[in-house]
Order: sequence, then C-alpha cells, then structure tokens
Amino acid sequence: MSAVSASTAVKKSGAAAGAPGGKARKARRKGWWLPYALLAPAVIFELVIHVIPMVTGIWMSFLKLTKMFIANWGNAPFIGLKNYAVALDFNSAVGMGLLKSFGITVAFTIIVVGLSWGFGMAAAIALQKAFRGRAVFRTLFLIPYALPMYAGVIAWKFMLQKDSGALNHLLFDNLGLPGDKPFWLIGDNAFAAVVVVAIWRLWPFAFLMLMAGLQSIPTDVYEASAVDGAKPLRQWWAITLPMLRPINMVLVLVMFLWTFNDFNTPFVLFGGSQPPAGDLISFHIYNASFLTWNFGSGAAMSVLLLLFLLVVSGIYLLFMNRRKDNA
Amino acid sequence: MHETTGAKVFRIVTITLLSIFTIIPIYVMVISGMKPLQDVQNEFSWWPSTLTLQPYVDMWQTVPLASYFMNSVIVSTVATVLSLIIAIFASYAISRYKFRGRSVFSGTVLSTQMLPGVLFLLPLFLIFVNINTNFGIQLVGTRTGLIITYLTFSLPFSIWMLAGYFDGIPRELDEAAKVDGCGPMRALIRVILPAARPGLVAVAIYSFMTSWGEVLFASVMTTDANRTLAVGLQLYSTQTNVYWNQIMAASVVVSIPIVIGFLLLQKNFVAGLTAGAVK
Repeated sequence: MSAVSASTAVKKSGAAAGAPGGKARKARRKGWWLPYALLAPAVIFELVIHVIPMVTGIWMSFLKLTKMFIANWGNAPFIGLKNYAVALDFNSAVGMGLLKSFGITVAFTIIVVGLSWGFGMAAAIALQKAFRGRAVFRTLFLIPYALPMYAGVIAWKFMLQKDSGALNHLLFDNLGLPGDKPFWLIGDNAFAAVVVVAIWRLWPFAFLMLMAGLQSIPTDVYEASAVDGAKPLRQWWAITLPMLRPINMVLVLVMFLWTFNDFNTPFVLFGGSQPPAGDLISFHIYNASFLTWNFGSGAAMSVLLLLFLLVVSGIYLLFMNRRKDNA
Repeated sequence: MHETTGAKVFRIVTITLLSIFTIIPIYVMVISGMKPLQDVQNEFSWWPSTLTLQPYVDMWQTVPLASYFMNSVIVSTVATVLSLIIAIFASYAISRYKFRGRSVFSGTVLSTQMLPGVLFLLPLFLIFVNINTNFGIQLVGTRTGLIITYLTFSLPFSIWMLAGYFDGIPRELDEAAKVDGCGPMRALIRVILPAARPGLVAVAIYSFMTSWGEVLFASVMTTDANRTLAVGLQLYSTQTNVYWNQIMAASVVVSIPIVIGFLLLQKNFVAGLTAGAVK
C-alpha cells in the first residue's frame, strides 16, 4: 500500500524538482500526505501489537476473567475495580504476594543495576588506555551479552546445582569452605543466585555503552588537568562523570526498565515455579495468570506495574532534565 | 601520559576479576558439553575424565533440536526483516518531516519500549484465542503468531534507534539528492539508507538477538509445531535424567552463530546504539 503511494510521490516531486521556488513550495504542500503514507504501516502494526492489546489489557483488568471465560471472554462479568482492590489489599494472600514480590524486585533492581554499572564503568576505564591484549578482553567481556540469554542462564543453572554444580565444588571442594553444600536455586539463596546471574548478563551492556562514551571524551582535557596536578580519581569525578552524563542518563533508565521487567532470568533459572526469595514481579504476574488462569487479576497487576513504571520513569526524566537546565 | 601505580593496580585487578567472572560459566558450558553423562551427574570436575563429542551427536535425538533451530531461524529472521522495513519508512518520516501527530506517534513508540512484556502477553494471548474461536484462524502455536508477538519489542526499538540515526545524517545530502532530481523516496533509498548502513546493521543485530533469545512469548505462544530453541532447550530433562551434557552442547551450538555474528559486527553495533541512544 505504501509502496504504491510512494512511487507516485517520486513521480510528482520528481516533476517539480528544479522548478522555481513557488512551484516547489506548492509541490511540498501537495505532498503533505507523504509522511502519513510512510507512517501507515508502522501505525497499523503499532495498533495491532501495542494499542489494541493495551486497551484490551486495561479492559480485562475490570473483568472476572477466570478459566471459565477464557475461550469467550466477551461473556466474562464486569466487576469494576475488584481485581485492583484484591491486588492492593495487603491482608489478602494475593495482595500480600504482590507486595512481597514488588519489594524483592525493587531490591533486585537496585543491586543489579548498581553493580552492573559499577562493573561496566571499572572495565571501561581499565580498557581505556591502549595496551597489548586490550582487544582480547574487550571481546571477552562482550560475550555474555552476545550469548542468547537462555544459553547463558542455563549454564549458570547447571553451575548452581547443589551436588553436581561447579560453584559448590569450587567453594567446598577446592577452597575448603566448612559445612554442607547449600542449595542455590531453592530457599533464601535463590535471591543471591538470580542477582549474580542477572549482573553477569547485564554488566557487559553497561561496559559497551560506557566504553563508547569514554572514547568520545577528548584526551587533551585529561592532559590539561594532569598538568594542573589532578589525580585519576579527581579526574574521574570532575571530567569523566560529567562528560558521560548524556549516556548515563539513558543507560541507567534502560537498565532499570530491563531489570525491573526481567522475566527471562528467573524463568530459565528456576524453571516453572520460582522460590519465594526469587519471586520477581514479571514472573509473579505470569504465574498468577497462567497457573490459576485468573487473567483479570493478572491484568490488574500488569496495569499497576505499568503505572509504577510510568511514574518512576517520569520523575526520573523530569529530575534529570531539571539538573541539565541548572547545570 | 605516565600511568600511576594505583591506576595500574586498578587495571590489573579489575581485568582479572571480571575475566574470571565472565569466563567460568562459558568454560563450564563448553567443557560439560564434552563429558559423558555420568560425569555431569556426579560431583563436578574442572576437567572431564573422558573427552567425548557424543553429546553433540545425541542432542539431536533427545529432542527435535533441528526443528526448533529451524523455527528460531525463521521467526527471528522474519521478525527482524519486517520490523526493519516498517521502521525505515516510519523513522524517515519522523526524522525528515514535520507533520501533525508526529510527537504523539514517537511518544507512543518510545513509551511502549519501557513496558513489561507480560503486559502485552496476556491480552495478545486472549486476542489470539478469540480470533481462533470466532474466525477459525489459528495463531497460538504458529510461526505467524509468534512473529507478531516478537514485533512488540523489535519494532519500537527499531523505529526509535533508526530515527536517531537518520537525524545524524546531514540534510545537505537530501538537498543534494533533490537538486539531482530525486524525489523523497529515491533520496531515501539512494542517499539515506547507504549513509545509515551502520545503524541498519545495528538495529538488525539487536532485533535478531532479542528475538533469538526471547523466552516469555515463546513459552506461552508455542506448541510442538512452532517451538523455538529458547523453550526447546529446557526439554532435555526426563523423569529419570537431566542430560546436562547435551544441554550444554546444544547451548554451545545455538550460541556460536549469534556470538560470531555479534563479535564481527560489534563496531557497527556500538556506533549505532550510541548514536540512537544519546539523541
């Protein structure tokens, strides 16, 4: 469809090209529909994959959409805000579960994003100056990011097995830690396990972005400050960080959203059912919907999650823009 | 410039620790894929008692890995190509034209990027079920259905990143093309697209990688007929055995093409990603 309109556009403006200014302006006005034609396929697909599902999802959250109504959910009874009331009633099992999962996800996100940024920053600085073998390490550090996510996580899952895993072997047999080998994928250790795996996957992305950012800082700035007697740490604080601001702004927001919404890591690491300590929110909503087949309740939780993310991202962007204006 | 001792220690310690952290799982994956089954069931060893390539042979029989591989290739490729084509036109419009509704459109696209996949999963699943009930068109369990769901993450990213990339291409190029008698479409194809090649490559790699590694939609929208590697790799466990050596061997095989592709094109990827991100 757009191909047809596009080819006529070529003919029209092709004819107008080279003509005096007045005619060209007229041709431009005549082509007002061109951007819309270019946009049409994207708008159609956006409607199908995002807008309609989102509206449907919000509508679903007001329905008593249980197993009985899935095949024909037009007949599901409308129950208003009841799904929300249950999800936010922290005395109910559903509400309590959601609140706990939310708390775990917040802690998970802060630790994973913070440490991934730190590792990425350290590696980017360590590889900033040329030395023999630098390219090898740069490539090596990118591998966890390049691996299909499930392949990397399954390797960790194997490493974290209680009896046949590499981690317990390293800690207890090689390094001689006293005591019994613990479970890593069930019980309280599951939180530490999912955090470590998530960092392993995420930090190379921070490294990649920060490395690109560091390369864009002109070296003479450092040289000038070194002449003034600035130590590396001071240079980092006074030059590197401010110069990286635009990249950091995007990087931290993107890492926050990815980590907060992370479904893949706990799903592959823990299999179908997650231990309470590793009950991250996307996985929680998924299980709440597909294990109990209560889609109305799951949709309400999704909408609450969406509102939370919108508010946090909005505040973040406002705050960052204000700081930029003041600077 | 002279490097201080502190900086040198920092560099060596950082590189050493992060290398160990990065390598160990990769090493375990590679080495365990070459162990006999008893070896991976008992206590872990850093070096196999017998080195064997048998897991690489057996893994094709234990689960229909070849068919999952095929599904992953088809679904990821089509989703990538489709979102790239749609995004090229849309990004060109956003980058080169001022028109009513432009900010609404780009705002919508940008905001869908930050939404959790699970938000779209439930309604899409129900819509697919409904289409099947009312029109008899099967989408759950088909490649087409999976491709549509994969566009939910690859399309907004492609539009967002390409628009940023197109913005970085000087308008003088468009003007020059216009002087030469090119219309907007010919200018896009002859001038903009060649100039944006690193960006196009970056977008394609990213879309392909995320589709190849996608788990959430794949776990709900697939059945035997369209199962992808992401789900297929989890089927090596039977009631009696978990074939860890075959899982690790299969992980190596599904990783190699994508890791090599990424490493070859990583320069484009970095350039494209930062150009698109820092707009």
